[in-house]
Amino acid sequence: MTPRPGSTVHDVAVTVNGAERRARVIPRLLLADLLREEWGLTGTHLGCEHGACGACTVLVDGEPTRSCLVFAVQVDGCRVDTVEGLAGPGPGLHPLQEAFRSRHALQCGFCTPGILMTLVAYLRLHPSPSETEIREALSGNLCRCTGYQHIVQAALDAAAAGREAVPAP
Amino acid sequence: MKFVGDRQLRKEDPRLLTGRGRYVGDLALPGMLHAVLLRSPHAHARVRRVSADRARAHPGVVDVVTFADLGGAGRAYPMVPPHPELRGHNFAPLAGDRVRFVGEAVAAVVADSRYTAEDARDLLEVDYEVLPSAQSLAPGAPAVHDDSPDNLAGRVTLARGDVEAALRGAPRVASLRLRIGRGGGQPMETRGLVADWNPALDQLTVWASSQVPHQIRQFVADLLDLAPHQVRVIAPDVGGGFGAKLIVYPEDVLIPFLARRLARPVRWIEDRLEHMLAATQEREQEHDVTVGFDDAGRLLALRDRFVHDTGAYTPRGLVVPLLTASMLTGPYRIPAVESSFESRYTHRVPVTPYRGAGQPQAVFVIERVLDLVARETGCDRAQVRLANLVRAEDMPWDTGLPNYRGRGHVVLDSGDLSSVLRRALESARYDARTAEAAAARATGRLLGVGVACYVELTGVGPFESARVRIDAAGRIAAWSGVSTQGQGLETTLAQVAADELGVTPADVSVTTGDTAGVEHGTGSFASRAAVVGGNAVALAARDVRVKARALAARALGIDEADLEQAGPTFADRRRPERRVTFAELARLAGAATAALGVEPGLESTRFFQPTDMTYSSGAHVALVELDPLSAAVRILGYWMSHDSGRLINPLIVEGQLQGAVALGIGSALLEEVAYDEAGQLLAGSYMDYLLPTATDVPTMTIDHLETLSPLNPLGLKGVGESGTLPVPAVLASAIEDAVGPAGGRVTRMPLGPSRLLDLLPPA
Repeated sequence: MTPRPGSTVHDVAVTVNGAERRARVIPRLLLADLLREEWGLTGTHLGCEHGACGACTVLVDGEPTRSCLVFAVQVDGCRVDTVEGLAGPGPGLHPLQEAFRSRHALQCGFCTPGILMTLVAYLRLHPSPSETEIREALSGNLCRCTGYQHIVQAALDAAAAGREAVPAP
Repeated sequence: MKFVGDRQLRKEDPRLLTGRGRYVGDLALPGMLHAVLLRSPHAHARVRRVSADRARAHPGVVDVVTFADLGGAGRAYPMVPPHPELRGHNFAPLAGDRVRFVGEAVAAVVADSRYTAEDARDLLEVDYEVLPSAQSLAPGAPAVHDDSPDNLAGRVTLARGDVEAALRGAPRVASLRLRIGRGGGQPMETRGLVADWNPALDQLTVWASSQVPHQIRQFVADLLDLAPHQVRVIAPDVGGGFGAKLIVYPEDVLIPFLARRLARPVRWIEDRLEHMLAATQEREQEHDVTVGFDDAGRLLALRDRFVHDTGAYTPRGLVVPLLTASMLTGPYRIPAVESSFESRYTHRVPVTPYRGAGQPQAVFVIERVLDLVARETGCDRAQVRLANLVRAEDMPWDTGLPNYRGRGHVVLDSGDLSSVLRRALESARYDARTAEAAAARATGRLLGVGVACYVELTGVGPFESARVRIDAAGRIAAWSGVSTQGQGLETTLAQVAADELGVTPADVSVTTGDTAGVEHGTGSFASRAAVVGGNAVALAARDVRVKARALAARALGIDEADLEQAGPTFADRRRPERRVTFAELARLAGAATAALGVEPGLESTRFFQPTDMTYSSGAHVALVELDPLSAAVRILGYWMSHDSGRLINPLIVEGQLQGAVALGIGSALLEEVAYDEAGQLLAGSYMDYLLPTATDVPTMTIDHLETLSPLNPLGLKGVGESGTLPVPAVLASAIEDAVGPAGGRVTRMPLGPSRLLDLLPPA
């Protein structure tokens, strides 16, 4: 994806998982390809490339966003969070990741990063979801392996753990 | 056993949860090029000419390859496995002068980025002579292959007893016509390859998102005229398979061919449209069934004749229809059976097994028959099943039908099928729920209960291999010839090895899917990986422990009987301060002389060759409600009882069952690969081919039984596909119950919205 001589390019600056990164990109470069191919952040996966499966979901300024449907130039100046940054700098896992592991909420792991990013944003806004609400929140993310049951349980566990850690006002 | 049977958390999860998994598409090698494929827009056409000049001249393009460039690699692949009745045809790495389905690859473009390669692909011009295509299973369709003018790929009859006489003698006879449509495995990670030719070693390394790396190695070596040791195939983290990654595809040889031709690494990642167009599919069959039975609902005779759509090629021969035909009687005792089929070519994507492999069709047929018998006799559906199930005292039960391998019969090795069904009924409170559903129907609600039973053929041979090694640093490693696409084999095989070696699963690192790990391997399909792979690991690990004990006794100068093991350390029972570790023993074994009495290396390679398949069993109960206006189905409850022998890891088994049921729900209610009359795909994206989402799949209740298989040392049976088998059948049963006698009968799958609407009782 190195721009060919003479082609139009744009400089973008993005805060990725808290660190500023810069790139010179062609206008049609997808955010997913910028993350994966230019910056090596291959935790974000491409399952359908038409915005239906949700595997490529990242957070753009905190909002779940399909990185296969967004051009890199559109996130210039934005904050982008990917699965690689979820656990923070320490060796441990994020509580949601921990819950996924305890509940066996992943099998092949391909859809998992997109589901984690979707749920992290959802649980931030909805700390006490019902099972039905979790299922609704997940309905834009396809998982072919698990049948969703363990994912739903993991999300409920993580919500409960989050409420314990931060008591409701 | 300490760890086998334990709900161990998975070893692979920390990596996969933090974005550190390594799937094929994540690999980036220095100087890597990107390939894209031009695919046929026609279901059937002669390829007169491919003009590539403009594409070749496009900046950034490195190569354009058509069939003519393949040379010796342009040969049709062999078929796995062969069968005497098969009139088989397979594809080559690219289509030659004919294309036989929309999506068959005609040319490859290689460039410095995928973006550039796709631009240049648009500059390719192909002169096609479009021909009429076979889009129906009826006789008289245009021939797919010139030497099979009737489009017949094979005709097989399996029989037990005299079915015509038994039908004549039966007090009651009834018939059904059933139809099942096409679907696909649809792993969330599409297929993909990275290939790298190393001229210093004369060696090709291929990373493939595949269930069968050893088979890919064989095909690549054969078609590129390399020795197997010159080809290393690695299936790294694989994002689901479900059968869609089970065969060796054209690209599996084409991409290595390009890497060697260009002496540069080449990556090809299938996009979702390509997956819809060209990844193999399954399930399409039309069944004509006649059953003879008595007033008590006992089955006396069953005749099923069906036509199977095999698509344009037969890479897996007759495996799918043979599985349907041979597994037709499933868990039931039927004195006289005829099960016969014709497999026919069509100008559509080739048909090979996906999760269930012909068996969901067999279960759908026999369970529809049992519901019919229940209705005709006025018996309860569960009671009809109990009256016909193979009894525990009948085991092992010879169904009398030859198995799909053509070596012996389908013989259910063990199990307690009646208990499995009874426990599912109890778990679901079947009697109360059927009564509640009937009461609800009296008030106008469309509530129904369904029930279905199944057995699944698992643990297929011919063999699996395992190598277990302890190195001089004390690291314990196990390699297996199976590969993993999410089944958690890194964990379950470590549990098996840990028990055999007296250590913990954390001490054992497991590598699957690498031809450099074990020389021979078969792969992961047919619910075989844990059964055949697990037993191979057990045998190899057992060997290593035997060797370690012999060496430890020698090193400590004591009898083996006086050894005491604590994890990786052996001590003298009487003088516990005298001890020796696996690491020390490995060093000792690494320099073993003849005098030591053992061969060098603290390691062993073993094979497990099962003598026969082992059969899992189960029963599912579903409670559904249909919307009286839209006919939309809501699954309100789902209960299953399942027996897959000894469970290595119940947590993982539950995940397998839940995922398999979800896939079954898709194939029953949502997913259908539809084509128009010209063979154009009508469902090419996830907007029109609908996978089940979190709101479609219910919470399931699972009950395990563990009847150990007598056919392998660990008593294992497979589970991966089991949960899928009865789902269309149980939902058909529940939906038919919900719409009541005034509603329609379920005679086809899948049931999309319009077909459901047709089932509603008149308002």
